[in-house]
Amino acid sequence: MSLRSASGASRRDGAVPPPGPESGAPSSGNKQPAGRKPQRRRPGRPEIKQKFRPLGKQPLGLLFSAPYVIFILGVLAYPLGYAVWISFHRFYFTAPGVQVERPFVGIENYITVLSDPAVQRSFLNILVFLVINVPLTVGLSLILANALNRITRLKTFFRVSYYVPYVTASVAVIGVWLFLFQQNGLINSLLGPLAPNPSWLVNSWLAMPTVALYVTWKQLGFFILLYLAALQNIPEELYESASVDGGNKWVQFWNITVPGVRSASVLVTLLATITGANLFTEPYLLTGGGGPDGASSSPVFLMYQKGILQGNPDVAAALGVVLVIGVLLIALIQNRLVGGKSGEE
Amino acid sequence: MSITAKKASVEKRRNLSVGSFFLLALGAFVFLFPFYYMLIGSLQTSPDTSVGGAFPEPGNITGENYVNINGSINLFKGLLNSGIFTGGVILATVVFGLLVGYALAQMQFRGRGVVFGMMLLVQMIPFQLLLIPLYVMIVRDYGLGDNYLGMILPFAINSTAVFVFRQYFMQLPSTLFEAARIDGASELRILWQVAIPLVRPAIVTAILLTFIGPWNEFLWPFLVTKDQALQPLAVSLANYISNIAATASNPFGAILAGACVLAAPAVVLFIFFQRQFISTNLGSSVKG
Repeated sequence: MSLRSASGASRRDGAVPPPGPESGAPSSGNKQPAGRKPQRRRPGRPEIKQKFRPLGKQPLGLLFSAPYVIFILGVLAYPLGYAVWISFHRFYFTAPGVQVERPFVGIENYITVLSDPAVQRSFLNILVFLVINVPLTVGLSLILANALNRITRLKTFFRVSYYVPYVTASVAVIGVWLFLFQQNGLINSLLGPLAPNPSWLVNSWLAMPTVALYVTWKQLGFFILLYLAALQNIPEELYESASVDGGNKWVQFWNITVPGVRSASVLVTLLATITGANLFTEPYLLTGGGGPDGASSSPVFLMYQKGILQGNPDVAAALGVVLVIGVLLIALIQNRLVGGKSGEE
Repeated sequence: MSITAKKASVEKRRNLSVGSFFLLALGAFVFLFPFYYMLIGSLQTSPDTSVGGAFPEPGNITGENYVNINGSINLFKGLLNSGIFTGGVILATVVFGLLVGYALAQMQFRGRGVVFGMMLLVQMIPFQLLLIPLYVMIVRDYGLGDNYLGMILPFAINSTAVFVFRQYFMQLPSTLFEAARIDGASELRILWQVAIPLVRPAIVTAILLTFIGPWNEFLWPFLVTKDQALQPLAVSLANYISNIAATASNPFGAILAGACVLAAPAVVLFIFFQRQFISTNLGSSVKG
């Protein structure tokens, strides 16, 4: 948790320069009245003034914030607690208003989840996905952002063409990927005799790597934009002095660019991991329901299958909790790796 | 000596930018080709998957696929549903987001820090954990399955947009608002007549950021809408891909035609407003 907020803060003050760091922000907004108050009111009676305003100078702010706060509490905070509650009880779907017994069952749902081979397989799949997707995403987006940062012509065209997949519905682009990667699709006819058999999406060894490749392609534009923002913060003089010292472009890239965008790398790694853990549309459509034989199923796909299709919301909720804990653990390890390595250099 | 050094450095830079340019062009091809292929494929009478099929061939071009997909899933109805879903989310985000963004940036009230902390924390709640309880609440308890409200509710106020609004309002001098308050303007009037006209770019950015979510969302509307008449286009196209396509005469043509219709609004919108969708704005957005 602390890791996410830390990276979040670094992202924000990197990306939105004017307002300054998060912690200072609320107070900096009202510097003026805070500075004026002691001068004017100390001789008077400040206590009484404050007693009249127990809710602050503009209590109407509470009313302005109310819809958002109600939204967060009702649609996010309450369900969050409810998810954990469901995962420890035997839970049935009922028609509205029907009361049924929902006994506490302890960790039974968790045992059911963790001992299910399909679940174990889906976590293994996600691991395969992350091993391919995360390094590819970080590497390619950094290289392309770096190249984009160096050119002056056609910059807009390249930038737009990179984020077009990101802003397009997954369902739409999956249609064309199915077409490209089918048995006698364009990719296979280009590869000729090198085409895999069985084909990409129905091959139990290649299904998950193809999904990982697809997601990398789909999300890359977003990460390129994140890196592009981070690259603006590296002072040009560093490159100039390095080239005076005779460092070639690889030396510059490894010793200036890579450490310079470290906080962005932490964020990119984290976001790519979260995207991977959220995989649903791809296994559902691209590989026709996590096929072949569960070789590309994902935990969220199993949550849908077990919770909603098979009517076991309790087991699905437990799976969700396990998944979130797993993501947090992986994120923590990644933060060590990505953050630490560059720190030593 | 310095001249030769400078020449060498310029030469080096030029080489570098030629290399970069080549790399970027290759990247652009990889990113754009599937879109081109989507369009070509949607216009083919029979799918041509050979290398030559990637080029348009006058004899093999037809609008038939669009008619076919429209016969299976009502494209107009799907677009309308996507529009209502997305429009509802954008409306709620802009109205309530401007209110809370302004309050967080320019008003002093008890609990402001708590609201701000909430806004940051919320962006870290993973949606997959909320999937089951939200389904139980919205579909089973409140009976909002097959209902636009049920679709919109979990996405109603985009916290990233709230953050963007707050950042823009923070950049305005607080003296401006104090002056208006001394003149006796109500907070609502200050917001409407002073603050909002100054943050128009923020509204465009927030609408773009918010648009991507619901327009492309598949999982949630897929869970809550069983009635085809209410399904957003992404859901009905997905159902077509997984259930009906196998029975069609040219399944890929029909799928790609539907894909073009679904992709076009987002692509056109983002090309048109690409200036607003630059790194500095996007940097403050987190999808996750």
